[in-house]
Amino acid sequence: MVPFNLLVLVSVLYVVLLFLVAFAAEKRAQQGRLGWLRSPWVYTLSLSVYATAWTFYGAVGYAARSGLEFVTIYLGPTLVMIGWWWVVRKLVRIGRSQRITSIADLISSRYGKSNLLGVIVTLMAVIGTTPYIALQLQSVTVSFAVFASQTPQGWGVPDLRSTALWVAAGLALFTILFGTRNLDANERHHGVVTAIALEAVVKLVALLAVGVFVVWGVAQGPADILDRIDASPIATWEMNGGRWVTLLFLAGAAFLTLPRMFQVLVVENSDERHLTTASWAFPLYIFLISLFVVPIAVVGLAQLPEGSNPDLFVLTIPLSFDAEGLAMLTFLGGFSSATSMVIVAAIALSTMVSNHIVMPIWLSARRGGASMSGDVRTVVLRSRRISIGAILALGYLYYVFSGGGAALAAIGLISFTGVAQVLPALLGGIFWRGATRVGAIAGLVLGFSVWAYTMFLPSFGESVLMSAQMLAEGPWGIGWLRPQALFGITGLDPLVHAVFWSMALNTGAFVLGSLMSFPDPLERLQGAQFVNVFEHSGGARGWSGRAAEAEDLLVMAQRILGPEEAQALFQAESRAQGREGYLPDVTPDFIERLERELTGSVGAATAHAMLGQIIGGSSVSVEDLMAVADETAQMLEYSSQLEAKSRELERTARQLRDANEKLTELSVQKDAFLSQISHELRTPMTSIRAFSEILMDGKGMSPAEQRRYSSIIHDETIRLTRLLDDLLDLSVLENGQVTLNCQTANLHDLLERAITATASAETGREIRIIRDEAAENVSLQTDPDRLRQVFINLISNARKYCDAPEPELRITVRRRGDELRVDFIDNGSGIPKRSQEVIFEKFSRLSDQAAAGGAGLGLAICREIMANLGGKVSYLPGQGGAAFRVILPLSCRRAQAGNRQEGP
Amino acid sequence: MGKRVLLIEDEPNITEAIRFLLSREGYQVDTHTDGSTALEAVAARRPDMVILDVMLPNKSGYDILRELRADEATARLPVLMLTARGQRRDREMAERFGASRFMTKPFSNSEMLGSVRELLGS
Repeated sequence: MVPFNLLVLVSVLYVVLLFLVAFAAEKRAQQGRLGWLRSPWVYTLSLSVYATAWTFYGAVGYAARSGLEFVTIYLGPTLVMIGWWWVVRKLVRIGRSQRITSIADLISSRYGKSNLLGVIVTLMAVIGTTPYIALQLQSVTVSFAVFASQTPQGWGVPDLRSTALWVAAGLALFTILFGTRNLDANERHHGVVTAIALEAVVKLVALLAVGVFVVWGVAQGPADILDRIDASPIATWEMNGGRWVTLLFLAGAAFLTLPRMFQVLVVENSDERHLTTASWAFPLYIFLISLFVVPIAVVGLAQLPEGSNPDLFVLTIPLSFDAEGLAMLTFLGGFSSATSMVIVAAIALSTMVSNHIVMPIWLSARRGGASMSGDVRTVVLRSRRISIGAILALGYLYYVFSGGGAALAAIGLISFTGVAQVLPALLGGIFWRGATRVGAIAGLVLGFSVWAYTMFLPSFGESVLMSAQMLAEGPWGIGWLRPQALFGITGLDPLVHAVFWSMALNTGAFVLGSLMSFPDPLERLQGAQFVNVFEHSGGARGWSGRAAEAEDLLVMAQRILGPEEAQALFQAESRAQGREGYLPDVTPDFIERLERELTGSVGAATAHAMLGQIIGGSSVSVEDLMAVADETAQMLEYSSQLEAKSRELERTARQLRDANEKLTELSVQKDAFLSQISHELRTPMTSIRAFSEILMDGKGMSPAEQRRYSSIIHDETIRLTRLLDDLLDLSVLENGQVTLNCQTANLHDLLERAITATASAETGREIRIIRDEAAENVSLQTDPDRLRQVFINLISNARKYCDAPEPELRITVRRRGDELRVDFIDNGSGIPKRSQEVIFEKFSRLSDQAAAGGAGLGLAICREIMANLGGKVSYLPGQGGAAFRVILPLSCRRAQAGNRQEGP
Repeated sequence: MGKRVLLIEDEPNITEAIRFLLSREGYQVDTHTDGSTALEAVAARRPDMVILDVMLPNKSGYDILRELRADEATARLPVLMLTARGQRRDREMAERFGASRFMTKPFSNSEMLGSVRELLGS
C-alpha cells in the first residue's frame, strides 16, 4: 500500500524537479545558450500537451465504452501533422513573421487588427477551455482518491475539493513563475516548454509501462492480448460512420485551434524546420501513447470488478495487482498530463485576456498616459498574473459546480467543439483573401451561439441551465428549435448534430458575411500578408553571407545619407573593427548605429523597415508599413505647412517691402515738401526783411521810394498769407476733414460768378471766354463755394499762362448719365506731355516766375476739392491748348470717408 | 569807380532790394534772372563778384557755380550763394562746389553788405 504521505512527497518532489528543470532552462535561455532548448525534439515533445489527462486516463475509458472510436482523437492531429506542409507550416510562418502571440491575436491581426475579434476569440477560448481545466483538476483529485480508497488502514478519503484547490493554487504559482517571468516579444517560454517536454516523456513512459505490464505481466504476450480483444465486447462495437468523421474533424480542428496547442505549435516554435521532425515524430508519439489503450481497456474490463470506472483503469489495474511502483509512475504520468495542459492553457489564455481585454481597457482608461515603457511592462505582467489566477480559479469553480461527474471524454469533446468554431475564420483567413472581418465575426458569433445552445448548455444536465421540457420540445414549444434536433432533424447523434449545425452555420455566415462586406485597407493588407505569407516573409530570401549584407547596407545607406557620409560611417566602423575597406562586420551594434543614423534622415519606422528588409531578420510587418505611411504623411503635412509658412512669410516680406518703399517715398516727399515750404516762405520774407530794414534806415530816400518799398512789403505779406491759407486749405482737404456745404446750385450762375471774380484780378491778361450758356443751365447738388474755387483757379490759370496772341478760353458743358463734364480749353501752346503728370502735385509751378502769384498749390487744391465733391479734375491732352476737364456728380456725394455732413 | 557786382536772382523784389542796398554803398550792380544764360552773363559783364541764387529757372545755382569754378577765368571769382532752403545739405553742397560764402534767406542788410565788402576786399 502506498502511504498517502509518500504519494504527496513524490508529487511534491516531482513538482520540485519540474521547477528545477524549468528554472535551469530559463537560465540557459537568458544566457543565450539555447542549444538543445531549440531542438526539434523539445518542440515535438511539447506538442504532447495535446495529450492531457483526458487522453491519459480517458482514452482507456473511451475504448472501454465505445471501442476504437477513441482512435479518432489521435488520428485527427496525426493527419494534421502529416499534412503539415499545407496548414501548420503556413500558420507557423505567419506566426513568426507577424509576431503572433495567440490564436486570438492571429484572428484579430488577420482581420485588420480588429480588437473586437480578439475579444470574441478570447472569450470563446476562455469559455471553451474552462471545463477542460476543470477536467484536469478533476483527474488529479480523482487519482488521489483512487489511492486513498485502496488503503485499508484508511488514511481517509481526502477532501476532493481541497485537493483540487491545492492543485489549482500550485499550478497557478508555477505558471506565474515561469509563464510571466519576463516579457518576451516573441512570447516564448523556454522554462515552461522544457518542463512540459519532460512531462511528455514521463506520461509516455508511464503509459508504455502500464501497457507492457498488461501485455506481458497480466496477459501472456501479444498473441494472448489479441485473443482477449477478440473475445471482449470492444470487438463488437460497431463503427458509426457519422461519429467517426465528426470526431476526426473535431480532433484535427482542435489540434489547430485549442489555445494551448496554438501556443506550443506556433508561438513557442523557434524554428520552422522543427516541423519536419515533428511531422513524423509527433504521430509516432501519439501512436506509442495509444498503442496499449485497447489492451488496457480489455484487461480492465475483464479483470476488474463490475462497475469499476474505466476512466481509471490505468491506475486501478497496477494497484489491483499490487504493482505500487508502477501505480506511482502512472499517477505521475496522469499528473504530468493534467499539469502540462493547465500550465500551457493558462499561459495562452492569460496572454489573450491580457492583450485583448485588459490592456485595451487599461490603455483607453489612461489615454495618452503610457509614456514610459517600464510602465506598460509592469501592467502587462501584473495583468497576466492576475489572469492566470483568474483562469485557474474559474476552472476550479467549474469543477466545484459541475460536481465532477460527467465522463472525461464528454467534457473534452464539448471543449473541442467550442474552440473548433475558430477554424473557419482561421483557415479562411490564411487561405482566402476575400475573408473579411464582418464575415469572421458573423461566423464566430453564430457558430459559438449554436454550440452553446446545442451542446454547452445541455451539458450541465437536464434542468440545470435548460429545462427538460425545453430540451424535449424546444423553447416556447417551438419544435424546430429543439437544442438537440435543430430544424426538425432528429435521430442524429447529439455530438454530430451539434458539430454539424454549429460548423455549417458558422462557415455559412463566415462566407456570406465575407462576400457581402468590403474589407478596409488595413484588413486587405493583412489579408495579403497572411495568405501570401510565403511570398512576403523572409527566410527564403537569398541574403547569403555577411559581406553581401554589409554591401547591401552600404548601397542603401548611400542612397539615404549620401555617398560621402555613408562611406565615412562604414569606414569608421570598419576601422573600429580593425579591418580595412568599407565593409564592416554586420554586428548588432553597427546595425543599431546605422538605424539611428538613418532615423535622422527618413524617420524611425522607415529606417527600421529598411534595415529589416536587408538583414532579413524579420519581414516588414504591416505595422511597419503603416508607420512608414504615417511618417511620410506627417512629413508631407509638415512640409506643406512649411511651404504655406514660407509663402506667408514671402507675402509678409513683400508687404513690408512695399510699406518700406512707401515710407521711404513718403519721407522723400516730406523732405521735398518741407524744402518747398521753406523756400516759399523764405522768399517773401527776404523781401520783407530787406525792405523793412531799408525803411528803418530811412536815410536818403524819396517819398516815392518809401511808398514803393512799403507796398512791396504789403504785397509780400499778402502773398505769405495766401500761401498759408492755401496750405491749410490743402491740409484740410487732403485729410478729408473738410466740411462741405451741399446746396442746389445752377452751373451757369457758378461759372458766371467765377468769371467775374477772375476778371477783377490784377494779374494775367484779358482772355476771351466762349461759352454755351444754354447747356450750362443745369442745376446740381454741390458745395457752390468750393466748386467756384475750382472754376476760378482754372480760369485764372488760363489767363496767366495762355500764350496765344489772342487768348481764348472755351468752356463746354456736357451731361453723361448722372455726371456733368465741364471742359476748360484755351488756345495756347498747352502743357508739355512730361509735365502733364505733375501739374496736380503740390508746388509744381511750371514757370518759376513769382509773378504768377501762386505757390503752385492751386491745381493740387482743385484736385482735392473735386475728390471731396465726388468728382474729378484732370488734364485733357490733344485739345490744341491747355485743357482741363472737370467731372461733376449731379448730386452731392462724398468720395472720401470721414466727413460728418452729408449735405442738407 | 565802384566794384561791379553781378546779381543772379529771379525774384524781382529781392533783386530790387539788393540792388538798392549795394548801389547806395557805391557798388555797380548788374542783374540777371535766367539760370541757363547765367554763365554768358558773367563772361559778358566780367564782375568783381557774383551773388548767386540757388533756385533759378532752367538751371540750378549749384550747376552754375560748378561751371564757374571749372573755368580758369572764373575759378577764383568770389561767389556769394543765396538760398531760401535753409537746410544743412544745401550749405554742404555750396561749400563742396566752392562757394566763397553761403547765406540763407532772409538775411539782414548789414550781413549782406559785410559779406560783399569782405569778398571784394575793400
